[in-house]
Amino acid sequence: MNPIQTLFISVRALLRNKMRSFLTTLGVVIGVGAVIAMVAIGEGAKASVSAQFAAMGTDLLIVMSGSSTASGARGGAGSAPTLTWEDVKALRTQVRSVRYVAPNLRSNGQVVSEEQNWMAPITGTTPEYFSIRTWPATKGTLFTQSDVDTGTKVVVLGQTVANNLFGADTNPVGQLVRINNIPFEVVAVAASKGQSAQGQDYDDVVFVPSSTFQAKIQGGLQKFVAGSLFIGADPALGTAAAQREITELLRERHQIRPGAPDDFTIRNLSEMANAQQEGTETMTTLLASIAAVSLLVGGIGIMNIMLVSVTERTREIGVRMAVGAKPRHILAQFLVESLTLSLLGGLLGVVLGTISAQQLASRFGWTMLIRVDVTVVAVGFSAFVGVVFGLYPAYKASRLDPIQALRFE
Amino acid sequence: MSDAPIVVEDLTKVYRMGDVEVKALRGVSLTIEAGSFTAIMGASGSGKSTLMNILGCLDRPTSGRYLLDGRDVSRLDVNDLAEMRNRSLGFVFQNFSLLPRTSALENVELPLIYGGAPAKQRHEKAMHALGRVGLGGRADHKPNQLSGGQQQRVAIARALVNSPRILLADEPTGALDSRTSIEIMALIQELGVSGITVILVTHEPDIAAYASRLVVVKDGLIQSDIRQVPEKAELPPADAEGGAS
Repeated sequence: MNPIQTLFISVRALLRNKMRSFLTTLGVVIGVGAVIAMVAIGEGAKASVSAQFAAMGTDLLIVMSGSSTASGARGGAGSAPTLTWEDVKALRTQVRSVRYVAPNLRSNGQVVSEEQNWMAPITGTTPEYFSIRTWPATKGTLFTQSDVDTGTKVVVLGQTVANNLFGADTNPVGQLVRINNIPFEVVAVAASKGQSAQGQDYDDVVFVPSSTFQAKIQGGLQKFVAGSLFIGADPALGTAAAQREITELLRERHQIRPGAPDDFTIRNLSEMANAQQEGTETMTTLLASIAAVSLLVGGIGIMNIMLVSVTERTREIGVRMAVGAKPRHILAQFLVESLTLSLLGGLLGVVLGTISAQQLASRFGWTMLIRVDVTVVAVGFSAFVGVVFGLYPAYKASRLDPIQALRFE
Repeated sequence: MSDAPIVVEDLTKVYRMGDVEVKALRGVSLTIEAGSFTAIMGASGSGKSTLMNILGCLDRPTSGRYLLDGRDVSRLDVNDLAEMRNRSLGFVFQNFSLLPRTSALENVELPLIYGGAPAKQRHEKAMHALGRVGLGGRADHKPNQLSGGQQQRVAIARALVNSPRILLADEPTGALDSRTSIEIMALIQELGVSGITVILVTHEPDIAAYASRLVVVKDGLIQSDIRQVPEKAELPPADAEGGAS
């Protein structure tokens, strides 16, 4: 007897009891469906978290100057200028794990085109900033180091600013805009980055060379960096190493005695990202485990029904044995029955899980991500459940004494 | 003697029921010739069912030899016994023992499935067997759409489909009215004529009268073994026009 005949016999038996087969399957359908939906939503959350951190920049550290203290009131991170341009140079040349250093000088300003005007944060920086944040231009060319060296009056517009000043259809490259009444030539429009997790628009920004910013927009003390430093760590060495080395260098340069607090703050975004990732991962695992328990319950349901079925069909088993079925034929028949039920349940569960994940995602505005490997594992596990919980009833059926089975009423 | 499909020598069967030993068979020897029609009779508890089960390869004797088609089957394992049942024997039971909600054709195909025949051959053989019992036109009927007599014919077709040498009929008319019983016995007699060795177990003398040899079992031993002129299974002329019910 070949496997196709066994399958045929088993499917026939299941179809003879459609309603019962369906209800038996339902347990596995719900189990697998729940696993698929939970993991899809969990993975979706994870993916959107990493997308948000990727938008910030990869391997990114932010160094902020220390806190000012006036009459006992402390000003918070960045309120007292402690980072100097010499520090920037030193970081760039002396720290092995640092690949890029870009100043992030910030000031709000009114940006005026021929037609329109728009209040936007003005960022003074260097081309390295765009490398750190992997932020290309969609139109034109980003300003270069030579623009920074010579202090040219050029500007890179964020997408939102470009749209507000020139409209979405016009190419602003080559046009003039005025910032604090000083004319700047638009050299590029930066690609759209979207929003941060908190809804802050990354594209509502304009960039000018840091030297131009210092000379034309900032004024005041020139020795200190009036803002923060964006640091791109060498991915091979990692952000943790970079953070340690930067701390060492800055403490040395600022002559801070051992035990005294830093006069700067380093934010390690990769670590924050990892922590967030771990949080969602834990949540996903938790939900998936609960769902897996329901899959197990579904398996027990299958075993229950298979046991009832074996008892109910004792006569049938007797007849099959009398006409020449060997114990392994009977074993295979009942095993394939439970396997068919659970596998079918698994496949229906994938459909149900996908649909419900989609419904939940669209209803609550979540992202979802169906992972092929999880789907395969869930279906495979349901088949496994079918075999495990089908084994005992099938074994019981195969060990029946044909004489007793034939006499069974 | 070597041609005889069934040779039984000094067969015993002892059941254990808790501490009590029940001797169902206490030394039975029997040779059944090819193409003969033998009836085994006995009261309930006489051991005839036990003998039938052993002859049908459903059970193994405690001691003694059983040669089926020249092969000693008394010590075979469950798988080999299943194969013997499939190839050499056809069963007909009192309660028809058809699979419910399964067409006559599929019921008849059942032994061929376990014998490993390809689908096309299975179908042809099963249709032929159904034709032989006069049910060629009802192949797709389910058991509950057939009368008792028709169901027993399907069971006979199933027993014949693998062309076994031996047909074992265990009270084949026990669940049928007397008219239908005669029809079924006529069919079984016909098979005997065509060369199949038939063994019939019954407790009804009327039914045993259709056989050419009568073996009576009592207390686990053969009490008598006589050759007789079989009665011909025919409906009384007055009822003859009724046909199969």
